[in-house]
Amino acid sequence: MSTATTVEAQEATYTFSPETLQAVLAPGDAPRRPSWLSASFTFGWRAMLKIKHVPEQLFDVTAFPIMMTLMFTYLFGGALAGSTTEYLQFLLPGIMVMSVVMITMYTGVAVNTDIVKGVFDRFRTLPIWRPSTMVGYLLGDAFRYTVASLVILGVGLILGFRPEGGVVGVAAGIGVLVAFSFAFSWIWTMFGLLLRSEKSVMGVSMMVLFPLTFLSNVFVDPNTMPGWLQAFVDINPISHLVGAVRALMDGGWDTTDMTWVLVSGVLITVVFGALTMRLYNRR
Amino acid sequence: MSALAIETRGLVKAFGKTRAVDGIDLAVPAGTVYGVLGPNGAGKTTVVRMLATLLRPDGGDARVFGHDVLREPDEVRQRVSLTGQYASVDEDLTGLENLILLARLVGYDKRAARRRAEQLLAAFGLIDAAGKQVKHYSGGMRRRLDIGASILNTPKLLFLDEPTTGLDPRSRNQVWDIVRAVVSYGTTVLLTTQYLDEADRLASRIAVIDQGKVIAEGTPGELKSSVGAGAVHVRLRDPGQRTEAEWVLSRCLGGHVVLEADPVALTARVSGNGNGDTDRRTAEQAAAALTALAEAGITVDDFSLGQPSLDEVFLALTDRTVEEETKA
Repeated sequence: MSTATTVEAQEATYTFSPETLQAVLAPGDAPRRPSWLSASFTFGWRAMLKIKHVPEQLFDVTAFPIMMTLMFTYLFGGALAGSTTEYLQFLLPGIMVMSVVMITMYTGVAVNTDIVKGVFDRFRTLPIWRPSTMVGYLLGDAFRYTVASLVILGVGLILGFRPEGGVVGVAAGIGVLVAFSFAFSWIWTMFGLLLRSEKSVMGVSMMVLFPLTFLSNVFVDPNTMPGWLQAFVDINPISHLVGAVRALMDGGWDTTDMTWVLVSGVLITVVFGALTMRLYNRR
Repeated sequence: MSALAIETRGLVKAFGKTRAVDGIDLAVPAGTVYGVLGPNGAGKTTVVRMLATLLRPDGGDARVFGHDVLREPDEVRQRVSLTGQYASVDEDLTGLENLILLARLVGYDKRAARRRAEQLLAAFGLIDAAGKQVKHYSGGMRRRLDIGASILNTPKLLFLDEPTTGLDPRSRNQVWDIVRAVVSYGTTVLLTTQYLDEADRLASRIAVIDQGKVIAEGTPGELKSSVGAGAVHVRLRDPGQRTEAEWVLSRCLGGHVVLEADPVALTARVSGNGNGDTDRRTAEQAAAALTALAEAGITVDDFSLGQPSLDEVFLALTDRTVEEETKA
């Protein structure tokens, strides 16, 4: 309450003075327009400031991943691999991918809640590289994805996850995951701009994310599945992402999976990035 | 033509079947405050959003300092700033962070951005609130921060979309002072408002918009005289004499007499003749009306002759549109 009182007191003391205003109206040389990189990083900084002021939003990159890891390790561990520790060696890279990919939907929610506010109009009237506003969201989100990955890794290590790939392999795996999620998030920036409410963004996200993450090789080896399902799992980019991350953390390298990840990442960025910018310019 | 800050011809925007903006022509001279006046839903904000490159026009064309809003949006964006109807600042960030963010986005380097932000906070009396989140600001403070953010790179054209809606009188006066200072520096201001008083005080020309169309345009004085030369306001001692007074005034001035809510007050429009010496004729007519009232034995407590207020102008103009529509 003390905040409000000081602020009110401050309000009463403002007296208009044309002289001080004239001084700020003559700022000297107008600066040059920022580069596309600088504008994007500035918006990334804004995303970080939002995390600083509203730290609760980190809840979904901490509590949610911990819950997922614990739940699935103990739910399936004994039945599928004989022991939870055994299963964890297989599951952890997969559950990490699943959690982070699921978290990407909050990008759409953030975009959607922002566009109804006036500040979005101000950004859109600035003479800057147009996609930088969106890239800024994604940069902030890349930080969140990294936090989520590290949280899951921490939980995994405590539970007995011992990756063969060591520090380098694990870091490379997280790197690939965060990079892919960055690309994948363009789907959500598009939906964030397209749909009318936060609720519909959430709804659509769930419809897309549940099949994509569950119908994959996250939990079990697809060889036990019926043929039609195997066919889907094989073309699902999330399966290939899991394959690539699993290989890296295991100290290996899977060229097929990496190629799939790279190609699908680039495709998603090009297609959904273009759609996002089209919507952004048209709104 | 370069003296025009804004020029639109036949500007149209439709949302579904409704034509929110239905063929608007504007010519806003550079270096002035131009008022766009109209009730809620008249299409004011839609016009501003098209001019600020936020919305694509469906028809007609619009130029800002000679640059087409559709073909050269970046040229337009370099010259304009927008303070929207809802605060165009980030509520989660502090005042300082908001201004640094925008200063960085217009191209200041880190140190210069901070300096510029602090300079603006000081000029707008916000230095003590610099570290507080904007959501804790009062309406007036928020509005000042918003305008500060808009003049960060000293735009050539500033859009103010209902800048004083919802502000208390004190904050409203502050916004008016700021607008005057900004214009005296050479910035053109396009101001939308629902308040006639505000347009009257600030704008050198006004376009009155209703249902997506310009229904009148001119200086505040021209608009007032287009409706009639003035109005006579009368207060009687005895409310019982009001019917008689109404009859006398109506016979004398030939116009419609309005009975005010106050049981002793009447207002009559003085038609004038618009022959250049309107003012003198108005005064003569008013004097004759006063004499006629005295001769009829009506006691008058207060008698005044005034120009019609913009409110009266506005109501007269919008009534006319409604009448035309019912005829059609």
